[in-house]
Amino acid sequence: MKKNLLPILLLAVLAAVPLVLQDNYYLHLLILFLMWVVIGSAWNLIAGYTGQVSFGDAAFFGCGAYTAGLLATHFGVSTWWGLALGGFTAVAVGLPFGWICFRMRGAYFALATLALNEVLRHGATIAEGFTGGMVGILIMPSFVSKIPYYYIALALAAASLASLQWVVRSKPGYYFVSIREDQDAAESLGIDTHLYKMLSLAYAAFWTGMAGALYMNYMGFIDPHVVFNLHDISIMAILVGIVGGVGTVYGPAVGAFVMVTVQEMFRSGFFGLFKWLGAVSGSDSLVRVAAVLTQAHVLGFGLLVVVVILFLPNGIVGDWPKIRKRVFRLDAGA
Amino acid sequence: MDVFLQTLVAGVLKGGLYALIGIGMTLIMGVMGIINLAHGQLMMLAMYVTFVLNTMGVDPYFSLFVAMPLLFLLGVGLQKFLLNPLIKADTILPENQVLMTVGIGMALTEIVRFGFTSDYKYITTTYSNETFFLGKISFSMALTIAFGIAIAFTVAMFFFLIKTDLGRSIRATAQDKDAATLMGVNTGRITVITFGLGSALVAAAGCLLAPVYYIFPDLGGPFTAKAFIITILGGLGSTVGAIFGGVTLGLAESMGATYFGMEYEDIIGLTIFVLVLLFLPGGFKRLTKV
Amino acid sequence: MAYFQVDKLVKYFGGLAAVNGVSFEVAQGEIFGLIGPNGSGKTTTFNMISGYHRPTSGKVFFQGREIHRLPTHKICHLGIGRTFQVVKPLGRMTVLDNVIAAAYSRVSTHHKAREEALRAIEFCGLMPVKDVLAKSLPIAGRKRLEITRAMATQPKLLLLDETAAGLNPTELVEAIDLIQKIRANGTTIIIIEHIMHVIMTISDRIHAINFGQTIAEGTPKKVAANQAVIEAYLGTDYA
Repeated sequence: MKKNLLPILLLAVLAAVPLVLQDNYYLHLLILFLMWVVIGSAWNLIAGYTGQVSFGDAAFFGCGAYTAGLLATHFGVSTWWGLALGGFTAVAVGLPFGWICFRMRGAYFALATLALNEVLRHGATIAEGFTGGMVGILIMPSFVSKIPYYYIALALAAASLASLQWVVRSKPGYYFVSIREDQDAAESLGIDTHLYKMLSLAYAAFWTGMAGALYMNYMGFIDPHVVFNLHDISIMAILVGIVGGVGTVYGPAVGAFVMVTVQEMFRSGFFGLFKWLGAVSGSDSLVRVAAVLTQAHVLGFGLLVVVVILFLPNGIVGDWPKIRKRVFRLDAGA
Repeated sequence: MDVFLQTLVAGVLKGGLYALIGIGMTLIMGVMGIINLAHGQLMMLAMYVTFVLNTMGVDPYFSLFVAMPLLFLLGVGLQKFLLNPLIKADTILPENQVLMTVGIGMALTEIVRFGFTSDYKYITTTYSNETFFLGKISFSMALTIAFGIAIAFTVAMFFFLIKTDLGRSIRATAQDKDAATLMGVNTGRITVITFGLGSALVAAAGCLLAPVYYIFPDLGGPFTAKAFIITILGGLGSTVGAIFGGVTLGLAESMGATYFGMEYEDIIGLTIFVLVLLFLPGGFKRLTKV
Repeated sequence: MAYFQVDKLVKYFGGLAAVNGVSFEVAQGEIFGLIGPNGSGKTTTFNMISGYHRPTSGKVFFQGREIHRLPTHKICHLGIGRTFQVVKPLGRMTVLDNVIAAAYSRVSTHHKAREEALRAIEFCGLMPVKDVLAKSLPIAGRKRLEITRAMATQPKLLLLDETAAGLNPTELVEAIDLIQKIRANGTTIIIIEHIMHVIMTISDRIHAINFGQTIAEGTPKKVAANQAVIEAYLGTDYA
């Protein structure tokens, strides 16, 4: 029980945030953060626990988002039903796909997820009559205030973390890690590796699809390029997973916090630091630096991938002993 | 019938270039066991090298002699400083090296964007739009030359792999890294050289493509996708397979463009990918066993 | 029908016959030795029994049931456990977690799986290292973990693939003790072993193969005296 104290405390603090903080900007960032907790945890289950790295999380994210969006535009169904169904659509797409890919070992799955995302992106673009093509889907948000969205995102994030914790501590969790560590050994222990990889994929697709549907509801606008995006969704999901800690329950939550901060840092030119400095000093070049930085977020992501894999391959949580030793010059005690 | 023949010719010519791209990818795949998802981006870089040289008046074909060594060195550096260190690291994810190439690809694209913006560039040469006819079939001059050079490189690569000591070491490493190490092959050095070679080959493809294609930073992604479809089609790690794969993709793309419409060109590659995965997992290698 | 039977097993890799018509029967409660020089097809035979390779032809029967078309995990559930010659520890899991993963093949709650796992660990004598990561075990520990994990799946028939290779004399004695304890527990055992005095001491019967074909079968004494076996395999050691 003591182990669960910190997360519950954190949940209570997060639940209290809107009572004190009603600034839309920070609420927006927190909603994004919570959304990435959901996606990162889902990625972590299939990649970090089961060892089947997905390079195309955007495929499932997009499925969820389009489910919510299409239901609303074509059938007038409330987007909240879409939220409930988004996860299932992603599973429906993911399972046949996984059934094919998991017959082969190695990098096939990783590459095939990449291809799946491309297929869906092209598909959503070409099927103009149904999906709106490049124009995308625009819906009226249900709420003007951000606070309801905040609580929905918080509920999703809490539920996804609780379910992750439950899964990894039960039979499937042991089976997932066994598959990651040695597939032959896992088979010899009576584990149907194909089935359990599919279960793991279904879990990941479900939560990622839910997050996609949440995104549709919250942002009110999607197009193929936004939701089936390699850099901003798939790579971001991987970064969230790796930066936080591969194969740890709370790693992706830490990763989501770091990555949303980094993303915003680039988008806002270090929170307007350079713009402010430029205005104060009256220097044009600093203002230009700010402008360049806001365009550099993909470059930043690319370099971040390189640096993180090189120096922190197991993430902040996973490599914590190493970080303590290096940065704080403390012995890890292990 | 003429339309069909014309499409066939266009497909085969394009296929020659694709084979060159695919061989670089499959070499890296064979030796290191990873898919290089920065392959197209390396080609894009070579195209910009060609472009810059062209503004100084250098012929695209001559820039082969600059772009290939440059990309060779870049490939060597990437393998040595970014990819090889990952082999020793104890990490959970087996795909860390592949992920690293994704990061490299993103960084390369964005660095080029900083230098040249996202605008489309063209290289215009006297032969860019020149065509000649055999019967009623037109041949693009630039593509025909490119095809010839690509075939020459492919053949040279074959002899290199089969006849030279270095080539044999590369093949040995690809077959069994541990055994090769025990036989005295410095596999660390081999991986570095192989990545360099793979980069140089795709650089050659870039130079050959430059006179007949738009040049823009984002073209890396689609070409990485093509390279990887070719490799899957040919069978991971198979050189002969890469040639078959390249020509097949080239043919399929031009057939698709002629009979379905241009907008389906990208979908066709992906469809092939899915079909191979479904019905021929392991690619052509399963049929030819080479 | 015999408790366990292998009938004219054949396995081709490409054009090469790794196993070419091996047949034998094993009685319940027996320790059955499988010997042969390197590359003679012993491990391939194991791989076919446990479902890693489909036989090119031939059949495998367990308790009267054809099993050679079943996937590996189903064969485990039928009650055939195995160890690997090249050990396959689940490296980043503790010894206990390795064995819990195995125990889940018979029970579904964590509490019961843990109980079963601890019982197997106790039985095989790995209690002192139960919380150690599997990858940090020395080779003797890893070999023993292989057996422990297999035991946690509660096999009726256990396939041991060179579990004594690489052990020092003390560890060898312990390994022999453990194998005999497993048999006393009611488990039938098929064992591949290179160390002659181990296989000669513990086996009830021995089956010798070379180039994928049977060259002799019988009591250890009889096989050790067989001319073909001596020529093929024991030549330098025993002749």
